Amino acid sequence: MSLPVTHYLVVSAILFVIGLIGLLTRRNLLLILLSIEIMLNAANLNFIAGSALHGHVEGQVTAFFVMVLAAAEVTIGLTIAVLLFRKQDSVDTREITFLKG
Amino acid sequence: MENLLFYFFSFLAIGSSLGVILNPRPTRALLLLVVTMVALSALYLLLGAFFLSIAQIIVYAGAVLVLFLFVIMLQGIEAEELPLLTRFHPVILVLMLLCSAVLGFFLLRVFTGFTAGAMKGVDGSLQAVGRSLFTDFLLPFELTAILLLLGVFAAIALAKKEDA
Repeated sequence: MSLPVTHYLVVSAILFVIGLIGLLTRRNLLLILLSIEIMLNAANLNFIAGSALHGHVEGQVTAFFVMVLAAAEVTIGLTIAVLLFRKQDSVDTREITFLKG
Repeated sequence: MENLLFYFFSFLAIGSSLGVILNPRPTRALLLLVVTMVALSALYLLLGAFFLSIAQIIVYAGAVLVLFLFVIMLQGIEAEELPLLTRFHPVILVLMLLCSAVLGFFLLRVFTGFTAGAMKGVDGSLQAVGRSLFTDFLLPFELTAILLLLGVFAAIALAKKEDA
């Protein structure tokens, strides 16, 4: 444990920003979901670094819950992608024009 | 040695996640995300979170990303990505960079002004995490079981064809 915790926090922040950029710039719905996975994992790294910093195991438990949440989220997201593909033969977000508010 | 491992795996994670958002081919982006997950699990190992490091590989590289791979190979190949420069006006891009630079400057000030104590280290074994999970966090743990069950139901309900 020689490295200061700031190193891990910086890596986590960089990964989060990369995920955010991917979320905003990608057009394929599936790749947008992948960017969300990057962001969730960046948050997880933050939790685990905090857990090691304070010597509590609670951060790791929270990271575990985030993993479970990500698995559930991926299930629903992929189902929506399948439905979208069935409806209009594409997962390109530019072509989703039938959503009405 | 620990520093070397940390820098190697964090650069691996950052580089491959850049590949995920920049690679125009969805399948390759997905495989790069597997590299990111493995590098992150190595970082968890450095932080002493042994159980989560293995869970990361099993859950992400093993289950979630294989699910993704199936769906992408079945139907996600054709959405084409446009380069950033042709999609946005250069003026907008410059403004975006300016805003990000201001935000990044303030974030850096927060980071440099932040002095954390030395890492205490934590027992991240399956035993320790499991004990915390089944004593302090028993209710949330049961709720995640319900969440996963609801996820299964929702996937079946959404994906079922109407006429079937």
